[in-house]
Amino acid sequence: MLSRAADNLYWMMRYTERAENMARILDVAHRMALQGNVGQERGGPWGPALIIAGCEQAFALHGGPSSPRNVIDFLAFNPDNPSSILACLKAARENARAMRAQITSEAWQSINAAWLEMRGLSHTSVESDGYSIFFDWVRERSHLFRGVAEGTMPRGDAYNFMRLGTLLERADSTARILDVKYHILLPSVAEVGGAVDYYQWAALLRSVSSFRIYRQIYRDVIKPTRVAELLVLRADMPRSLHACFAEIVEIMQELREGYRRNYLSVRMAESMLMKLRYGNIDDIFARGLHEYLTEMVDANIELGAQLARDFMQVA
Amino acid sequence: MTAFDEMDAGTAGNGQSVRLPYQAYKRWLDTVPAEVLSRRRAEADLLFRRLGITFAVYGEGGDTERLIPFDLVPRIIAAKEWRRLRRGLKQRVRALNAFLNDIYHGQEILRAGKIPAELVTRNEAYLPAMHNVAIARQTYTHIAGIDIVRTGENDFYVLEDNARTPSGVSYMLENREAMMRLFPDVFAAVRVAPVGHYPDSLLQTLRESAPPNCDEEPTVALLTPGVFNSAYFEHVFLAEQMGIELVEGNDLVVKDDKVYMRMVGGLKRVDVIYRRLDDAFLDPKAFRKDSMIGVPGLFQAYKAGNVTLANAVGTGVADDKSVYPYVPDMVRFYLGEEPLLQNVPTHILRRPDDLKYTLEHLPELVVKEVHGSGGYGMLVGPRASKAEIEAFRAKIIAKPEAYIAQPTLALSTCPTFVESGIAPRHVDLRPFVLTGEVMRVVPGGLTRVALREGSLVVNSSQGGGTKDTWVLEDETPDIHTGED
Repeated sequence: MLSRAADNLYWMMRYTERAENMARILDVAHRMALQGNVGQERGGPWGPALIIAGCEQAFALHGGPSSPRNVIDFLAFNPDNPSSILACLKAARENARAMRAQITSEAWQSINAAWLEMRGLSHTSVESDGYSIFFDWVRERSHLFRGVAEGTMPRGDAYNFMRLGTLLERADSTARILDVKYHILLPSVAEVGGAVDYYQWAALLRSVSSFRIYRQIYRDVIKPTRVAELLVLRADMPRSLHACFAEIVEIMQELREGYRRNYLSVRMAESMLMKLRYGNIDDIFARGLHEYLTEMVDANIELGAQLARDFMQVA
Repeated sequence: MTAFDEMDAGTAGNGQSVRLPYQAYKRWLDTVPAEVLSRRRAEADLLFRRLGITFAVYGEGGDTERLIPFDLVPRIIAAKEWRRLRRGLKQRVRALNAFLNDIYHGQEILRAGKIPAELVTRNEAYLPAMHNVAIARQTYTHIAGIDIVRTGENDFYVLEDNARTPSGVSYMLENREAMMRLFPDVFAAVRVAPVGHYPDSLLQTLRESAPPNCDEEPTVALLTPGVFNSAYFEHVFLAEQMGIELVEGNDLVVKDDKVYMRMVGGLKRVDVIYRRLDDAFLDPKAFRKDSMIGVPGLFQAYKAGNVTLANAVGTGVADDKSVYPYVPDMVRFYLGEEPLLQNVPTHILRRPDDLKYTLEHLPELVVKEVHGSGGYGMLVGPRASKAEIEAFRAKIIAKPEAYIAQPTLALSTCPTFVESGIAPRHVDLRPFVLTGEVMRVVPGGLTRVALREGSLVVNSSQGGGTKDTWVLEDETPDIHTGED
């Protein structure tokens, strides 16, 4: 398949996933803000939301007071913020439009309908209906589009690059959420175990659909090391780094088999998977979780760039 | 002015009220209740919308994607009529190719004085850069669309040649597909020659046109200007049907005068490019420097004989309206034959006598801009107001060489399903002629119909629709391949 086609399909899914993750981040911030005193600790949840989204600087430059409504507006509805839900859905749909011949009509109709509906929404109407309904809608639309694609697209290069887009974006998002929250949630060991702490860790887990999974797996109170272990090292947790990279490597090895070349990107992904497969959470904490996650985020960015050089920007 | 009707035999029918090619169809049609036709029309609309067969309309605000109206009543051509047309079409396209080869090499036709030299050499579509460029098989227009009108039982005229990047063939294929879905039983009652193998014929033609130095199975790609082009749907459709890559300029790269596609697995050599991009935009290094949709270095690779472009560069000079009046002379000059298909008698307004006549007879004539297309910038005298005629007169006087004039032809009519029921509407026909190692004409084409009562303008941008075109089968198999 054409490099451009692979690139379009990859970004179509990255943007869809990005929109979904933004909705997750905002949903959690919104819930925390509703919890009165609990949520208002350390400047409230909106600063961290901006940091996780990587939009802290852009928001500062954009100006205006950092009121909750302004942050939501910037992260959800601002057409000039390339990371906003609106911009992500638009970009996903534009990539899909360019690939109408390569994707199934069901997949096209799904993402097109999502965009048309999004375009018809205003912040004011969303606000009066309640934000949660909107955040749920974004998440559902993303699930739906991914599901339609999975249920209708033939397995092959097109599907593989779509999956890679989803997985790289998801791994990036999980690492960022964990890193920022950990940073903010754990300034001193003394506060561990308090009520504030409980609600915040629970919110973190909810933002990655893992609250109940945590309960099922650990049958224990929420402990930072276990949360980190769940989101980084557990292979059975679908949004964990380990699960994402297991599938990334599987797909990339298939590409290597198919094209019979010794791609640097495949080796990079394999070495990341090794770290995750054989990592130990206590070692990671001993070295520093923040350092570890920063490394993972950087390596993920490097991998994306090399993936593009190897397959999507063939010169 | 009574027009020849494709179905109604009128007084010429020798007691038959329906012309022979329509008899089986008419018998079937008489059994179909009106409400069934209405229902099928609604289904057809849905079908085309779902398939996304749209075209872009210029000069209108808002949503520019529209459906071309599809008419349920087919246009039917007898096998005998078709063979006659086909011979004429092939002859004409052979002459056009010989002409293009000549004017980009020895220019014998100009030296023989058959065509005024400045009409060719000063033509905007004439590209001096093509002079003495050797191209595979000396074929310039691999895919030609020849617009034909009919005025009587035996009177077919060529209205226009399309030798650059003719479009519309996807309608020929999709209209048939729609007819077969909507009315499967009629195909049991009437033996219609299939058209579905057009993509195969096209691919074969393109492969046969590969450069002589290509010694493997040639790789063919379709080059599109992109998603904003009015015919993008057709590009997607044809690439898909042929199983070839649909590429944009950025997908191609030229290295050492060879053309490659950027593929996931690396660069892949391309031998033949079916390009649906105008000459001017092909290569910013050779033509328009501001082209963002072209391929830098493509023309150099082409001149080096490492890639075939179909159609060739510079074919526009053969289908220019100012050159059109001379096509019958080309047939005589290059082939030593009398033309089988006639031109519409044409007044060339750069000639003082023709200009004088035209200005005196504007209300009867059709005046066309020499470089116009798509039914824009033309005057249909009998349908124009006094003011419109006077406005056009001023334009003609200001620049006579920019216009040609033709008598208003009584284009044949074909029964068409309109609001008031089935009524005659004017039609034309665009068959597609392929030239590779052999010439191929798939039995069918694009029939365009002027849906407004009395209108003679069939262009989709001006309220025209399309019909399925049926060529009837007979006992001889050549009807299918069009190779003879």
